[in-house]
Amino acid sequence: MDSFLEEEDVEAPAVVAVGKRRRRRRSPATRAALQPSLHLPFLPPQPASSNEHKLNFRKSKEACLSYIQDALLQKQWKRAAEFLICYVESLEKDYSREHVGPSEMIWRIGTEILWHHSHSSMKEFNCFMEQMKTLGVKRYLKVCLEHVFHLLCNGQIDEAYQNLSLAESWRFGEQTAIQDKEMKLIQAYRGLLDYYSWSKQKNILLEHEEDGFSDLAVEQEMHSYFRKAAVNLKEIIKIPGVWDVFVKCYVDLLEFYGDHNEARQVLNEYAYNSKFPANPNAHVYLYQFLKRQGESKKSLISALKILHDIVPSHELMIDFNTMLQKSKKRKKRRLGLEVIFAALDYAGWKENTKAWSCLARQVKQIVISEKHLDWIKQEWSSRKDWWPAFHFSRYLAKRNWQENESLSYEKALVAGILLGKDCKYFKYVSHQGCKAQLKRFRGLKKFVNRHNPVYLRISGPSDSSVQP
Amino acid sequence: MDEEDTRDFNERCAQCSEVNWGLTDGGRFYCRSCHNVTERTREVVNTDFITNSRVQTISKGLRKQEKSDGGCEWYICEGFQLVLKKQAEALEALGVCPQMKDEILCNFWRCYLQKSKQAYCKRPAGETVKTLSVCESSTDVDSDPERPSLLHLLSLSESEGDLQTDCSFASSMSKVSESTSVYSGSVDGSSYLMKNQKEKLRMTMPMTLSFCYMALLWLREPITLSELLRFVVEGHIPYLNVFQHFPEKMKLCGLDLKIFCVESWPVYEEVFDKMNELAAYLDLPRFPDITDSCFLHPDMLCMKYLMEANLPDELHNWTCRVVKKIGVGEVDFLTLMPGNKSTRKVKYDVLAAAIIVVVLKLLFLLDDRYEWLLSEFAEERNKHNTEGSPYFEFKKWYEVVKQSLDVELKKLDEERAKYLWRCEKPLFYSVKNKSKVLKRRQMVVNLQNQFGKLSGSVRRAEKPNPSSFQLSWSEENTDGSCFHGHSLRGILREKCGLLTTMNPDYWLCTVKLCNEKLCGHLAHYREVEFPQSYHFVLGLFSFLLRIQPSSIHDEVCMIEHKLFNKKLCKKLKYNTVLRK
Repeated sequence: MDSFLEEEDVEAPAVVAVGKRRRRRRSPATRAALQPSLHLPFLPPQPASSNEHKLNFRKSKEACLSYIQDALLQKQWKRAAEFLICYVESLEKDYSREHVGPSEMIWRIGTEILWHHSHSSMKEFNCFMEQMKTLGVKRYLKVCLEHVFHLLCNGQIDEAYQNLSLAESWRFGEQTAIQDKEMKLIQAYRGLLDYYSWSKQKNILLEHEEDGFSDLAVEQEMHSYFRKAAVNLKEIIKIPGVWDVFVKCYVDLLEFYGDHNEARQVLNEYAYNSKFPANPNAHVYLYQFLKRQGESKKSLISALKILHDIVPSHELMIDFNTMLQKSKKRKKRRLGLEVIFAALDYAGWKENTKAWSCLARQVKQIVISEKHLDWIKQEWSSRKDWWPAFHFSRYLAKRNWQENESLSYEKALVAGILLGKDCKYFKYVSHQGCKAQLKRFRGLKKFVNRHNPVYLRISGPSDSSVQP
Repeated sequence: MDEEDTRDFNERCAQCSEVNWGLTDGGRFYCRSCHNVTERTREVVNTDFITNSRVQTISKGLRKQEKSDGGCEWYICEGFQLVLKKQAEALEALGVCPQMKDEILCNFWRCYLQKSKQAYCKRPAGETVKTLSVCESSTDVDSDPERPSLLHLLSLSESEGDLQTDCSFASSMSKVSESTSVYSGSVDGSSYLMKNQKEKLRMTMPMTLSFCYMALLWLREPITLSELLRFVVEGHIPYLNVFQHFPEKMKLCGLDLKIFCVESWPVYEEVFDKMNELAAYLDLPRFPDITDSCFLHPDMLCMKYLMEANLPDELHNWTCRVVKKIGVGEVDFLTLMPGNKSTRKVKYDVLAAAIIVVVLKLLFLLDDRYEWLLSEFAEERNKHNTEGSPYFEFKKWYEVVKQSLDVELKKLDEERAKYLWRCEKPLFYSVKNKSKVLKRRQMVVNLQNQFGKLSGSVRRAEKPNPSSFQLSWSEENTDGSCFHGHSLRGILREKCGLLTTMNPDYWLCTVKLCNEKLCGHLAHYREVEFPQSYHFVLGLFSFLLRIQPSSIHDEVCMIEHKLFNKKLCKKLKYNTVLRK
């Protein structure tokens, strides 16, 4: 019925449009005649008065399900199991084609209970999973995969591998598109386990090398794991999706065998192919790879630029800022200031000394050189009404001073320049610093006092007062 | 011998209304008291048929013994007969007099079979269809334009077959219709649902309970319909999965499931209405009188419900006065007269509960204000009252009863959610899905065992003993939670030597009653429109009787209109005069 209503909604504007277009030529009567007749939506079936409250199988099971859900939410696994005993009866009547029918419910709920219940064992869990696998063809691969995850969580890697291989050899009728994708996933996880074995062999081999002898058998085994893993991992990352773990492992394999071109291609594809969902990690992996390869600053910067656009608060922004500050190009330095200001907009960076020192350094540089004060002015204009409360309150001054002296030093420098020598944060920290007879705080005070007019120019109302 | 032959004929003598029949040489019944000879002759009956369940053999000759699958030929009415037998035995075990099974119920059933031309007649109605249905597995339904289509069969109302909502049934049906054969294990299962039932009363599972109730009513047994249905739900009387008691040779499949497999609980109104229809259909005479010594008399039932609702015994005096005033204690009002359409059929339990509600309204008004006011007065007086019974405090009563009721309701709700509907004996629509059904059943059992170990609680092996009281309050408890002995002194006053209520006002639940025949209800209950206290009281009785609050509300409205009939008429007249 819902879909029917939607259809009506879509139709309605179209009808109006037709009416408008023809208004000039036709009379209202003809217009009405042209309009399609109104389809009335279906009404819910009228319940017979006494049947309304009739308790029947379905209602009883619905009530049972809601009791189970309550118990699960309260982590009462015993109670949930108690009600599940009664709910499983609905299996016998589950011939529905609903997306989440009773059998799916039983699979999900049963898994949850068995996983959390203190008295359940892995043996029972396996037994339950095997039964669930027989319940639905469409769900078979999903159940297998879930089973594997639980085996892995339990450290049973060999059993997990066996299950994956078994699932892979399963065939039932024509494969649907979804099943095809699920099968790829199964294969990919098997590839992941092969990678795991490969890396174990690799470590053995490296140990042996240290000891000064080589083991041909181990080496061959390792290579065979590589081949098995590489084939499956390569397949899955062709499909658009978030495959961080697979990509990382695959790149690791390729790099080990020196296939840097392939690795670069994979990472570029993963980061830049527009069919893939936006994924910050893709750019992180690419950046890390490029860094390992000793690539030029330019390519590193372009990788991080995209990361900055997606996640301005990413931890790599410090590296990015450092790189940009050192640049000879004005435009890049300008970007650097933007990057560090943006990072400090996020609460996660609030007490990061490194980030503040980056900002302090760059701001100080600009003030000393007296060039590009407009950069600061521009960044500051959108922040001046909330940063003072967010970063430079008296309370924070007190706390930062107590907890982290260097943090308070960097912040006080920034505060002094941006807000002038009378700002609460700067006043408190410089006062405390001088009282404690710390040399650098005296220098700080002197510096801020000397450059106090800058503050007026930064926070001035119009751009014209600021020199370019 | 005579004794035995006349045992089954229970009608009252038209002349002296005795039940004391003898048999003339011509096989006619004569009254031993006044020697009046009736037109009725003794029917050929097999007296022990109910135990060997072979009604059909009488009129249809010997049955074909074995079918290929090891099952035997059987008819739907035989199935119902077995169900009735099981139910009667269960009732007997509960303490109903043994007469009920072998005489009353048995006779009603025979009478039904005869009226519906299924047995005890020259040419049973099923005969014509039988030729068709003997070879039912190969019958091509679609090719026969005379017979209703399968789709029509499936759209029969839920109350008839109770399997309407069963999607497994529907899906398996569609598979069957591809092979265009109607399928049933019984001989007449397929034709049973197709028969044009306008003039006939087709037997259904809820109707087995109508039969039981009718027999209980005839014997004036101390059990109400609400109690009977509660015993059914609690499992003391076989109903759900009753087919598991069928002999091995009676194979159920196909359309038989639609008839015998029940997936919902019986509903009070349905069983009650069917019972009245049935009594009229069987042309039963006036039922034995319900006098004031009977359990079903409102005075008696009010006493029971007052106790169960933890209300003061003194209120009984008031319920009796209301009963007397509106004449609902009269024999003619209470006694069932089948086929008499002018009288309203009495739901004894609902009537008694509604009388108590009306009395509570008379004394306490239940308008969410007055009852609390009275309660405050009573509380004050109780502070200074050290001797004698305490004054009844509505507030205290509400708190005590509400607490227990909430606990019981929660328990009931959980029990309903935890109810196991399936039995050991699996049912399958056709041989085709037999293996699938058995596999599923096995998996259900496996899962139940697995999670049974984790649930910690050992599953209830035994049902609780049947009890006619659901809430019990004992005066031996010293915590003051029993109000039976509490006094109404504070809220009554003496007027001309008679005790009357302090409260001079009353509010009517409705000014005008609806037409029950046209709209199905006397009144319409909407919780939000009524005071909370009133709703609470309705809710309490709704729990005790396991019926909807609105059913009690209807009855309350009916009683009020009887009680205030004169005043209402005057008012209406006055209004019309004013309008003129």
